[in-house]
Amino acid sequence: MHNFWPALIRAPMSAKIGILIIAFNLLAAVFAPFIAPYGETQTVGAPWENGFWDASAPQHNPPTLLGTDHIGRDILTRLLYGARNTIGIALVTTFLAFAVGMSLGFLAATLRGWVDQVLSRSFEVIMAIPTLIFALMILSVLGTEIHVLIVVIALLDSTRVFRISRAIAMDVEIMEYVEVSKLRGEGLWWIIRREIMPNTLPPLVAEFGLRFCFVFLFIAALSFLGLGIQPPSADWGSMVRENAQGIAFGIVIPLIPAAAIAFLTVGVNLVVDWFLQLTSSIRPGR
Amino acid sequence: MDRLPTMIFKRLAFGVLTLVIISLIVFWGVEALPGDLAQTILGQAATEENTAALRAKLGLDQPAYVRYLDWLENVLTGNLGESLASGRPISELLSARLGNTFFLAGVSAVLAVPLALFLGVVSVLYRDRWVDKFISISTLSAISFPEFFIAYILILWFSVEYQIFPSFSRISPDMTLWSKLNAVALPALTLTLISVAHMMRLTRAAILNVISAPYIEMALLKGLSPWRIVVRHALPNALSPVINVIVMNLAFMIVGSVVIEVVFVYPGLGQLLVDAVSNRDVPVVQASVLIFASAYVSLNLLADVLSIVTNPKLRNPK
Repeated sequence: MHNFWPALIRAPMSAKIGILIIAFNLLAAVFAPFIAPYGETQTVGAPWENGFWDASAPQHNPPTLLGTDHIGRDILTRLLYGARNTIGIALVTTFLAFAVGMSLGFLAATLRGWVDQVLSRSFEVIMAIPTLIFALMILSVLGTEIHVLIVVIALLDSTRVFRISRAIAMDVEIMEYVEVSKLRGEGLWWIIRREIMPNTLPPLVAEFGLRFCFVFLFIAALSFLGLGIQPPSADWGSMVRENAQGIAFGIVIPLIPAAAIAFLTVGVNLVVDWFLQLTSSIRPGR
Repeated sequence: MDRLPTMIFKRLAFGVLTLVIISLIVFWGVEALPGDLAQTILGQAATEENTAALRAKLGLDQPAYVRYLDWLENVLTGNLGESLASGRPISELLSARLGNTFFLAGVSAVLAVPLALFLGVVSVLYRDRWVDKFISISTLSAISFPEFFIAYILILWFSVEYQIFPSFSRISPDMTLWSKLNAVALPALTLTLISVAHMMRLTRAAILNVISAPYIEMALLKGLSPWRIVVRHALPNALSPVINVIVMNLAFMIVGSVVIEVVFVYPGLGQLLVDAVSNRDVPVVQASVLIFASAYVSLNLLADVLSIVTNPKLRNPK
């Protein structure tokens, strides 16, 4: 961590833009109720009023900068609250996926033997099934409440986290210092926490970014299909879905939340690219 | 020379095992319903007799393994049961839609595969120059943008602004091939844009990986032209990973069509699956999940077998 700031200053332009994008989104998510001009479900005007780009659009006070949605709610407000729901749920899901995937991955790499065999084989089978199809099947049985959504996606995604954290931990586990700590008689938990974890973190942080993007896009897609976050909560995927009919009349409103999704994902990817370059220069050959 | 058949056999065995496990999971999906299926279908207000009758009709009074084997036998002989929502046989619902989904995926593949290979080679030839930069930026955006974002931008341009292609892909068996192609133009273009980036990136990586080999340096020192080096020396050795990428992308296209079919209201399998999930029409979900998953698993299997077969290193074991 001590060389974090110099690295940040030396970071390429793209990574700085990415960090700005992420910070911007997080601020919007955290402070949504204070910045938003209207209430989350408050109707402001007529359906599909244009925003600032159309001078003839009806004026409101405070102004509806980005126009209104299919039932006349302020798009900017919905976007801000949507940032909260969409990013928040994606973050919780990714953390859960990492908690499960990393602990199982490290266990498999440290214990080896049948534990590793059983875990690896069964996760291999799950990964052979397309995630979206698998998720749709489980959701059709369990329903689409928000906690079900989070747990299902996190568990499905933890298989990917398992695979990479196991692979990285395998490389670390054969190091002499792990051998030494084993001979010293340290316990399993100590070895995982003090020897393996610190040395696997840099690549796993980059992986966290990638998994977050995947989960974020996945939840957005599910919401877009009407199977994710349910109305009236604002969320970017459902906002696209709700306003989708407008596109045939040339109404650009559904593109705004879709662009917000794309914007954040691009930002995270830019930072991940930079981070991957950093860690690959630390560890040649990976 | 017996290593190759063994590897292929192992891979096939794993594929079959995966399919069996998928069928178990799909079957178990209904078992895991809280309460039982008959109760769920009829609701809380159903009488005892009605529930018992439906339970007997669905075979719920049998032990689980008997029902699994019965169900598997039915599925394998093409009897997929009836839809809870419409009461029509599921095989009837699926047949036309399956064809439509494969048509869409096929059209996209015909567009995407040659384009991706061409762009992959170009980006290696002009490595670190503006072409490469441009391609990597478009890759980044294609990976980061949700499918529906790309789809709606295309609709806005091609169907609202210039009215070249329809924004709703209505398709029926009696249409001519030309009007069918016209109808699937936008969904196919969306699928192409999404998958080209991925395929191209992997093609580029595969060729670059080969290019760092000593024999390429040798060819370079001999004074061969860059085009000849890439096409004659690098491509054959990069073929195995590239074929793998292509077939995996076909699998991706079939699954990736779910969201795109919904955007364009295209009457394919994905649309059916999504509708069935929101109606909780479990038998239809089971059948479509089974088809999607088997198509995906089989194509991945094919990809792995092909990449084993085309790998020069495995063909001539030491």
